[in-house]
Amino acid sequence: MKKTAISSVIIATAFVAQSAHSETLRLLTWGGYAPDEVIAKFEEETGHTVEVTTSNNEEMIAKLRATNGGGFDLAQPSQDRIASAQEEFGIYKPIDMSKVQADLFIPSMLSATAANSTFDGEVYGLPHVWGTSGLVVNTAEAGDIKDYADLCDASVSGKVSYRLKRPTLIGFAYSMGLDPFAAYGDTDAYQGILDQVEAKLTECKPNVKTYWEGGDEIKNLLRSGEVVASMAWDTGGWQLNADNPDITFVAPEAGALGWIDTFVLPARGRADDAAYDWINFVMRPEVAAMITNTAGNFTAAVDGDAGVNADLKARYQGSFDQQAIDNIKWYPPVPAGLETLEGATLDRVNAAN
Amino acid sequence: MSRDASKLGFYLLLAPLLLWLVLLIILPHIGLFVVSVSEKVGVREYEIGLGNYAAFFTEPLYWRTFARTAIMSILATGLTLILGFPIAYYIAKLTKGRTKTTLFLMCMIPFWVSELVRTYGWMILLRESGVFSSFLQYVGLASGPVEMLYNDAAIMVGLVYTSILFMVVPLVTTLDSLDDSLIEAGYDLGGSSFSILREIVIPHAMPGIVSGCIVVFMLSLGNYLTPILLGGKDSLWFTGMIYTQFITRFNWELGSAFGFLLLALSSVLVFVGLKLSRQSLSGTMGR
Repeated sequence: MKKTAISSVIIATAFVAQSAHSETLRLLTWGGYAPDEVIAKFEEETGHTVEVTTSNNEEMIAKLRATNGGGFDLAQPSQDRIASAQEEFGIYKPIDMSKVQADLFIPSMLSATAANSTFDGEVYGLPHVWGTSGLVVNTAEAGDIKDYADLCDASVSGKVSYRLKRPTLIGFAYSMGLDPFAAYGDTDAYQGILDQVEAKLTECKPNVKTYWEGGDEIKNLLRSGEVVASMAWDTGGWQLNADNPDITFVAPEAGALGWIDTFVLPARGRADDAAYDWINFVMRPEVAAMITNTAGNFTAAVDGDAGVNADLKARYQGSFDQQAIDNIKWYPPVPAGLETLEGATLDRVNAAN
Repeated sequence: MSRDASKLGFYLLLAPLLLWLVLLIILPHIGLFVVSVSEKVGVREYEIGLGNYAAFFTEPLYWRTFARTAIMSILATGLTLILGFPIAYYIAKLTKGRTKTTLFLMCMIPFWVSELVRTYGWMILLRESGVFSSFLQYVGLASGPVEMLYNDAAIMVGLVYTSILFMVVPLVTTLDSLDDSLIEAGYDLGGSSFSILREIVIPHAMPGIVSGCIVVFMLSLGNYLTPILLGGKDSLWFTGMIYTQFITRFNWELGSAFGFLLLALSSVLVFVGLKLSRQSLSGTMGR
């Protein structure tokens, strides 16, 4: 009896001792960005525990808005969605650069993300994973599809799918020879572009089989052959390419749309130290490579591509030559209020017959 | 002393219900209402006004979507009643004992898995490369793949399937309480099957029909998963619209107004339905 009492005291002290250094990191991220092996390694090394919630851009912001920036300690929205969300809802807190090992990051990406995620003189975002949206095409059946607007071609009628979301508007605008990013600051000009895209998408509607909602849905549609050309993420195309060599990601002639997913600290996060530990851990080249191998996208880590498997590199090079890389249209920060205009346009396209 | 004790007991028993009502229903609705009457005028600036409600009536897209949702839900309720009534009648009147239990159980088994799984089941059956399409091609009725998913008929199938149990259960209960001798008396007096159904069975089952219809209508109107997954590019559903406003448009104000309008308009529809069928809410739900 006495022995058990003593041993339970020892165990209790051990727990207290450990909890002084270790925290629970509640991570709000995308599927694939926090693979189990990385979490296991991190927990072993630092003693922190990691709880992962997977989500997407809009849901991340909606979740944090609902709690005024609480409930999570680290989130990973895209870099164009930080400044406006901070302006509107105040859901993030500034990054303390003294706690970040800046030399782990590719300098150009670090500074670009800092510039895009600055609000009121404070930096809110650090770059993590980047990738593009463009076309995923079954080249055997729809080899002529080279640009977003080609999805409206009669040859692929009924076998096309894209999302009814903002990337579709942007992609089609570029493909129609317009420059939506340049018009971000000018509401009237942007509305003019949206109206032209709306007409195009309405006209294109009979070609569409369905508007996809989730990554698994579009992969299923392409894999089963029900859809032969779609607008989707590069990784989806490369994953399908592993199963069916005919299907791959094609960088559109008008330019693939480039995004960078970031690290941000929610305003009421409780485990900042664990969050900075996680950032510094996953940006190490060997860990970054592990994440690239599961998520399929490359990271902003210096030398992070060294340990990436050869197949993925080959697929990446197959889709992007140097000119296609130079032609990537990187999302600038979305000004607050722009989504309302886009929303109305998307609603009208959805309702059109 | 004993009076006090019984009073205390009464309040203790009432407490869970009150907590449920106040914390989970009344308070959130007050919050929702407050959000719905605030209009956004600038970044982090809001004014009190009814602009969000006005948007519903002035933008044709919104009220058309609501009307579409309501009409399709009424249609789904009608179809569920037509399909559910014979099933319920068979279970309640034409079977006894073990068979009855087995049949009732068979109606319930599909509901042991989640709605998501059931809906994916329908997607596997209906899609272009799915079971029905392959079967039609195999027996030679179709020359190429047939797409049966992504249209309103698919939504209807899904809605009827997900809600039929909620029609069958109240119908079985009310039909069970109908004395067989009344039906026999009807036949003895020379009634035909149809006139007995019309004069005896349906009037007796009316409370069950109405309560089943209310539940099915509300379930269909508030359904999110089935219309989103089975519906196509033209298939707008009002709950999907509320989700879009809240999540992708960051427009909680309009979303809240939509939520309130859904509550109010569906209550009006149920009220009209009760008046038309000359039933009272307490008469149908209080059984």
